[in-house]
Amino acid sequence: MEMALTPVAKISLLGISGAVFAVLIPLIGIGAFAYIMARRLIPLAKAQPDPRFDRVGERLKGLVKYWLGQYKHPRYLVAGIIHIVIFAGFLILSVRSISLVIIGFKPDFVFPGLGGFLGSIYDFLKDYAATFVFIACIVAAIRRGIFTPERYKVPEKYGKDHTFEALFVLGLISSLMIFESLYSASLVAAQYQAGLHPEYLPPLTIAWFFAKILKGAPRGLLQFLNTASYFAHDLTFFFFLCFLPFGKHFHVITSIFNVYFRKLDRGKVKPVRWGITEEELDELESFGVKYLEDFTWKHLLDFYTCVDCGRCADNCPANTVGRPLIPRFLTIKARDHIFKRFPVVGEISPREPLIGTIYEEDEIWSCTTCGACEEECPVLNEYIDKIVDLRRGMVDEGMVPQSLQKPLNALTKRGNPYGKMEKKRADWTKSLPEGIKVPVVGKKKQVETLFFVDSATSYDERLNEIARAVVQIMTVCEEDFGILGKAEKDSGHEVRRFGEEMLFQTLKEHNIDAILSSGASRIVTADPHAYNALKKDYEGIPPVEHISEYILRKIKEGRLRFKPIDDPTLVFTYHDPCYLGRHNLLYDVPRQVLDSIPGLKRVEMERCRDRSFCCGGGGLMLFYEPVEEQRMGQVRVRMADEVGANRIVVACPFCLVNLEDGVKTTGFEGKIQVMDLTELILKQLIIE
Amino acid sequence: MEILVCVKRVPDTAENEIEINSDGTDIERDDLVYSVNEWDNYAVEEAIQIRDKVGGSVTVVTVGDEESDEVLRREMAMGADKGIHVNDEALESTDGLGIAKALKAVVEKGSYDLILTGAQADDGCAQVGGMLAALLDLPYASLVNYIEVVDDKTLKIGREIEGGSQEISEISMPCVLSIQTGINEPRYVGIRGIRKVAGVDIPEMDLSELGLSEEEVAPRVKRLDYFVPEMGEGAEILEGDMEEIAEKLVELLKAKGGIK
Amino acid sequence: MSREIFAYIEHADGVLDDSALELINAARKIDDSAKVVALVFGSGDALNKASEEAAKTYPEVWKVESASLTYPNAEVVRPMLVNLLPKGCVCLIPHDTFGIDLGPGLSVKLGASYLPDIVDIDKVEGDKMVVVRQEFAGQVHTHVECDMREGVVVTVRPGSFEADESKSESGTVVDKSAEAGEVDAKRKFIEVKEAEAGDVDITAADILVSVGRGIGEEENIEIAEELAEALGGVVSCSRPIVDAKWMDRSRQVGTSGKTVKPKVYIALGISGAFQHVAGIKGNPFIVAVNTNPKAPIFQVADVGVVEDLLEFVPVLTEKVKEMK
Repeated sequence: MEMALTPVAKISLLGISGAVFAVLIPLIGIGAFAYIMARRLIPLAKAQPDPRFDRVGERLKGLVKYWLGQYKHPRYLVAGIIHIVIFAGFLILSVRSISLVIIGFKPDFVFPGLGGFLGSIYDFLKDYAATFVFIACIVAAIRRGIFTPERYKVPEKYGKDHTFEALFVLGLISSLMIFESLYSASLVAAQYQAGLHPEYLPPLTIAWFFAKILKGAPRGLLQFLNTASYFAHDLTFFFFLCFLPFGKHFHVITSIFNVYFRKLDRGKVKPVRWGITEEELDELESFGVKYLEDFTWKHLLDFYTCVDCGRCADNCPANTVGRPLIPRFLTIKARDHIFKRFPVVGEISPREPLIGTIYEEDEIWSCTTCGACEEECPVLNEYIDKIVDLRRGMVDEGMVPQSLQKPLNALTKRGNPYGKMEKKRADWTKSLPEGIKVPVVGKKKQVETLFFVDSATSYDERLNEIARAVVQIMTVCEEDFGILGKAEKDSGHEVRRFGEEMLFQTLKEHNIDAILSSGASRIVTADPHAYNALKKDYEGIPPVEHISEYILRKIKEGRLRFKPIDDPTLVFTYHDPCYLGRHNLLYDVPRQVLDSIPGLKRVEMERCRDRSFCCGGGGLMLFYEPVEEQRMGQVRVRMADEVGANRIVVACPFCLVNLEDGVKTTGFEGKIQVMDLTELILKQLIIE
Repeated sequence: MEILVCVKRVPDTAENEIEINSDGTDIERDDLVYSVNEWDNYAVEEAIQIRDKVGGSVTVVTVGDEESDEVLRREMAMGADKGIHVNDEALESTDGLGIAKALKAVVEKGSYDLILTGAQADDGCAQVGGMLAALLDLPYASLVNYIEVVDDKTLKIGREIEGGSQEISEISMPCVLSIQTGINEPRYVGIRGIRKVAGVDIPEMDLSELGLSEEEVAPRVKRLDYFVPEMGEGAEILEGDMEEIAEKLVELLKAKGGIK
Repeated sequence: MSREIFAYIEHADGVLDDSALELINAARKIDDSAKVVALVFGSGDALNKASEEAAKTYPEVWKVESASLTYPNAEVVRPMLVNLLPKGCVCLIPHDTFGIDLGPGLSVKLGASYLPDIVDIDKVEGDKMVVVRQEFAGQVHTHVECDMREGVVVTVRPGSFEADESKSESGTVVDKSAEAGEVDAKRKFIEVKEAEAGDVDITAADILVSVGRGIGEEENIEIAEELAEALGGVVSCSRPIVDAKWMDRSRQVGTSGKTVKPKVYIALGISGAFQHVAGIKGNPFIVAVNTNPKAPIFQVADVGVVEDLLEFVPVLTEKVKEMK
């Protein structure tokens, strides 16, 4: 076939055939890239094991949903759409890019399967793809460079702004689109001029515009543009490829793996080390993460894959209230630390403790483990396991704030963080209404259902109300239930998440024994932290229900009926507790319970369900003294006020405490009231 | 620097109501949990920090029954190098001076540059450190909240005095110091740490090994009983619901407190 | 047989510490026929003034002057006392930071028994004296018996005996400096670093709203601040609040904090431990709010409210505002 222009392969450049360059550039590019990737893999090889090779079906489904389907991206709509366009464009153009590389030395190369009709469809698509990617890049650049959304900003102490890197890459991508289009357009214009059948350029694509502009251009210019744009594309492409592993665009390569190897189980905490059983723990030299290599390879991959989008930080309650924790920078600092210690060129430097160099102690203690960051991350990075591991490292070194040492010592000695006597754990039962009793289970007394109260609800006077409400509700349902009484110790949920793994193991062993000797076939708790611990951290015990699930069941069985809300001015809103909502996906059950109460007017806060805003945290977090500008509870109460609610319903004792404190210190006392779901149910319950 | 820290196992009193047993001879100990005396813990932390800076070793010693072993282990889990357990029945009923004599015998078996005690313990006597210093004829300072090593013979110290002020002095070593809370932030000791030292050998000594006779530690000061004093009249407790109480209180504040 | 009873007098700039007037009453309870001797150590004009002042309460004053006593250094005082005090005597010292420093070693060097931090003298029978002490941070009282034959050093808790303000004595001042001797102590005083002054001087306030552990959390202190504002007073606190870093040390009332002399003292969630209450002087109108009716604060308060302060105080604040 007659060519309108000399193909790159046949061009003579400085006396050398273009094909030579067209082979050399990819060879060098791929060679460099392979070397860079090998260097980037070294830290992963030195890191701790992480078994992510199982449950292939689930993982593949996740890949389709989160990677291919970009499922999380539209949570920030504008940015989401921009990225989806660029991502889809990249996928489509990947074929073209490969073809282009090969065309450089094999001018009649056609991508297998894309000859004929399919090829035409593809060509049609790719030109639009390139155009849309280009437009998306312009929009992104304007948005980033001029409007600079808050979450991209870099606080002074974390160094320079990242805008340049972002704009640079957008520039590279745009250039690739331009060069590719110019390559096509110059050829088409030449074909046109030569009276040959021009390849079809879809209207309004970049290539189409270029072709129109170049219609009358001299052939020499067209030839030049064609060859130049080819090599410009080639060089830019391989430069870009090699540039990727040096910054946040590494995710272009790693995100597919990061998503595939994602954490499949919500609310669960990784063991101290994968492959070491609980019995073998005592033999470990060191617990937790103290140095970079103590992270697992997947966690290091997370650091590589972070796209620096700031969505995690934007949703982090600790960050919102001004604590020293910004999740995004937890990751970026670690990534930069890897780059520094394991440079692509140069010596690997010796390890250094992370706390005190890239991380501050308070930064790591500030986290309430609410999971908002993990919920948001578009590449499914994990945070909680890393924070728990860093805490394990600090605990191992004795670096625990005094404010936490007191409750930890109390938990060791007394099985509750308050240090109160074990024998007083069930004292709350003494104030039950006349005639209502709660049996304490044991060898002599076995029950069907075990009400696991946990420490806060047992010892805090305000929270005793929740326990008494549960008892009365169960009594109305004629449940055969009991409590462990002084045989119950703290579930250890926060003990584990604050890094005191051995204390957690001790509490767990004790509780499992006590639970199993109760004879119960079912456990119910009103404390989502206990719920999560029993469900995810414990093993070999009967199934656990949250009280809201229990209540809904009983409503459906017709055992619970409610008086209508008689005050028409009451506007209720439900606050999703982190450990019911995000960690256990129990969003609808409590809402259905509320909606079963006649006359109950309910509104949703803007941040609800998986975007719920943490109340401040539970368990040991109640004792920690953070440096912050305001309390999370205060922020949350204002959110309720914003939607016109005057009644906040919670389903967690810690949310109750934190939000009530929030009401007291934001001037809403008397205007907004907080109540636990169980209290509301009890109040509206029709008791014959 | 060779440092000896004297520690005591005491009941944990923070949240728990200490109650007197039925015949007034002791407090109710059945439900009590014990731990290392808070002041002593600060002292051990300080000793460890000094050792980490200037080298040497930290030895912890306690005078007590078998159970006292656990506080020695905890302080060793924290970082103390060695432990010594003085255990003799005769010492269970001795007074502060008797304890100080036993500790003096321990000191004389070794060679220490610095001896630390907590400023006080559960009985609030704040005496053993001062007595030990006098028995050994060493300089002493109590309520120490700051220690700086000047050289191998001198320390610069701060004492907590009234009003929260600090009295700065120089003291020569060897010396005895009693340590006030807040001098540092003691590191955390977790279950893991304690398990690691569970098998470590801690030598036990009785009176004869210390070279002391029972007469020497016979108490001259004896606790006769525990009692709850008759309450004086105390405050007039206001009754009623909160609104009523608040009203009454405002009236009283005006009348008796001069609030206008 | 009259005992020889000595009382160590603490003073600064010629002014006697409150404890000086209390020790005489403690001495009288041990043996009201004894001629109690005041021990006044120091230097210069201040020493002379203090000795004269002590002579108004004590029948005899032993004055010891030394250049090494420009600041009260227990390591200097102790050997001097050993030189001065007769065998078998009773020596009373206030149980404060100086007394804690001096007492234990003194008893050993004198070969005497030691009775620290007594709050009362129960009885003296022959050679035995029974005193009252507290243990477990004041949660229990004990009777303690001591053998006085070899003498006894007693440190007395400030405020546990009434002060004798009569100043009706005209005691003789005897200079015992020579007998006391010179001491080259191995502990040398350098300086005192004063606690930093905070933004508010609670010692000058007439109305104090004081918060203790019962306030629960830092943000609840606001509730106390609102009450203080409504009353025209100032917020102070007990030691745990300062240790938790919720308030500055300059706001702390107590032995390791400030001594206050307000007209009204409202104690919110304060248990009433001795170390705190000791900082309240001048017999103000004390109101205590605490959920524990057995809290020691109700012993010293005039009026008590057994309610949760977090609920009661806002109600009180409203009423105060209404009244104004």
